Amino acid sequence: MAVRLQTEPFDLGAEVARLTEGRSDVGAVVTFTGVCRNRADSGAELVALTLEHYPGMVEEELGRIEAEARARWSLADALVVHRHGRILAGEPIVLVVTLAPHRAAAFDAAEFLMDYLKTSAPFWKQEETADGRSWVASKAVDDLAAERWKK
Amino acid sequence: MKLLYFAWVRERVGLAEEEAEAPAGVGTVAELIDWLRGRGPEYEHAFEAGPAIRAAIDKRHARPDAPIAGAREIAFFPPMTGG
Repeated sequence: MAVRLQTEPFDLGAEVARLTEGRSDVGAVVTFTGVCRNRADSGAELVALTLEHYPGMVEEELGRIEAEARARWSLADALVVHRHGRILAGEPIVLVVTLAPHRAAAFDAAEFLMDYLKTSAPFWKQEETADGRSWVASKAVDDLAAERWKK
Repeated sequence: MKLLYFAWVRERVGLAEEEAEAPAGVGTVAELIDWLRGRGPEYEHAFEAGPAIRAAIDKRHARPDAPIAGAREIAFFPPMTGG
């Protein structure tokens, strides 16, 4: 189980290979990759996103979210990789990998991790277009997505 | 205590962090925000969204009614937009 913060892009295949190497108890591997779209929320063409974060709290908060996922589902392993700094359109931003004996737990835990990460991990996106830079507003749909996991 | 600001809250205040001692009677996150708003137009602008501004005490999310006594570090920021 791990969370990782980095500026450089990640390699999905290499991450999964490392997580599954030498294991035969895992029946399901679910991966989610969040990618930087080429459209800003305004519809303008997006050049890049810059992600600001709260050093220290991000790692702690991601760790708390991952611990919650482990408490709810029987996971063999899990990984969250999140980038910060300047990310160009088309590049990956975030990776979530869950490993479980069966697919239901792997799917649900991956979705839970993403939903919670979006609303509680201290990251803020700034869009860069030909018109300049602007902060991305939070979306009600993301709050609703996280809300549905509340018991 | 140390105060930290992120994203557009940081830009509006004009500082990433500062040391501050709130006066007696400022006991919660909401009261701290009210006190900060009175410190100048840049703070008023940064905190005009009121309860929409999120806070963390010692790197844990904190609600407006959370007590600030004993806090070493309090951060203020807009709703998060990672992922």
